[in-house]
Amino acid sequence: MCLAVPGKVVAIDRSVTPIMGTVNFSGVQKQICLDWVPDVKEGDYVVVHVGFALNTLDEGEALETLRILKEMNSLDDELGDPEEPPR
Amino acid sequence: MKFIDEFRDRAAAGKLAAQIRATATRPWTIMEICGGQTHTIVKYGIEELLPAELTLVHGPGCPVCVTPLELIDQAIAIALRDDVIFTSFGDMLRVPGSTRDLLSVKAERGTVRLVYSPLDAVKIAQQRPDKRVVFFAVGFETTAPPNAMAVWEARRLGLTNFSILVSHVLVPPAMEVILSSPVNRVQGFLAAGHVCAVMGTGEYLPLAAKYRVPIVVTGFEPLDILTGLLMTIRQLEEGRHEVENEYARVVRPEGNLPARRLISQVFEPVDRKWRGIGTIPCSGYRLRDEFSAYDAEKIYEVGGISAQESPLCIAGQVLQGLKKPHECSAFGHPCTPEHPLGAPMVSSEGACAAYYHFGRFASVTPPGRRIDDDSDRHYVQP
Repeated sequence: MCLAVPGKVVAIDRSVTPIMGTVNFSGVQKQICLDWVPDVKEGDYVVVHVGFALNTLDEGEALETLRILKEMNSLDDELGDPEEPPR
Repeated sequence: MKFIDEFRDRAAAGKLAAQIRATATRPWTIMEICGGQTHTIVKYGIEELLPAELTLVHGPGCPVCVTPLELIDQAIAIALRDDVIFTSFGDMLRVPGSTRDLLSVKAERGTVRLVYSPLDAVKIAQQRPDKRVVFFAVGFETTAPPNAMAVWEARRLGLTNFSILVSHVLVPPAMEVILSSPVNRVQGFLAAGHVCAVMGTGEYLPLAAKYRVPIVVTGFEPLDILTGLLMTIRQLEEGRHEVENEYARVVRPEGNLPARRLISQVFEPVDRKWRGIGTIPCSGYRLRDEFSAYDAEKIYEVGGISAQESPLCIAGQVLQGLKKPHECSAFGHPCTPEHPLGAPMVSSEGACAAYYHFGRFASVTPPGRRIDDDSDRHYVQP
């Protein structure tokens, strides 16, 4: 039930209470409450649960995680495949 | 989908699993808290990638599963009233009450409606002043701010025909019950990422220190789970017991402050009964007195309804990680997702339903695993 999905903010309406916005989930657009991410900008990604943005998605952190995973991959490639490492 | 597909990369998963195998030198038992994480683990066959020494046990983080039977009976009693439109998230409808479920009420009377968001229930109350609208407010900390917002909005709009039936539960008190049990075997936790997106990581620090247990806040994609496991195992191997954050792209240490503020304005902590586990002190929320006009339990006077659990169902032991779903004598027969005896067989996040859907019916020594391997792990049957 705590499912939350990342989507891209395409429009923000700050004139209403609570703050609402249009969020695009891979082509499906929904009206989402943005009240708890007051600094959000169009183009930002938010993580959405039951119609509410719980947080903005920190793209820098996401890319850093992916970079570390990638670095681990290339390190393994240099050292050979550790598929069956010695125990 | 961006920020999802990248975290499902098969090659990276293989490398992470190899790192886990290289890091783990001893048997460890790790519990993932959230039903969403259980679903990912079983769906993607993550246990098949892991060393036999590593045991994953599935935690109580499925709100559908831990909502007590009497709350379902209370919901049904309200939904059967002629003047009420009863609204709920979809997965609560098939949870069996003592004699029936909400879905049968929907079929019989048409007065039960599925909603995507609690704000949709508020909208129905605005559109239907001739009816009284009740929303079934279940969930963990993740869903508490949206449910609080529904009540906040109803008050702002001056609605007098909207209320919520509250069954809110909290993760840290349940972790403490598991850790303080004399039969506990959990040595490390993957904490629930979206609960922490709201609440932050601070309330896990005393748990990690008191029980000397590593807690790693973890996301929901396969690479998140594998990275969370690797971080937990590193801590266990090095004798550390810290709170770490694998899911930093979504979770900040302080959580979401506006959402937390709204929770404390609308709700207050209360002792809650957990299905199959019993009453846990200060393990849930109820509406503050100033919002009692929105409290369906008081309005419809259903608080006195009580119920008896099925003696066949071992959901309580499954939810505490003491038993695996297939170890229940009712698993698969007579208990199935079509005819569930207990809630973990209903929700797609319930451990029993996940095992059933992805074909885990037995503990079998998987191909390629040592024949003398006596671990109680399971594998996906061909």
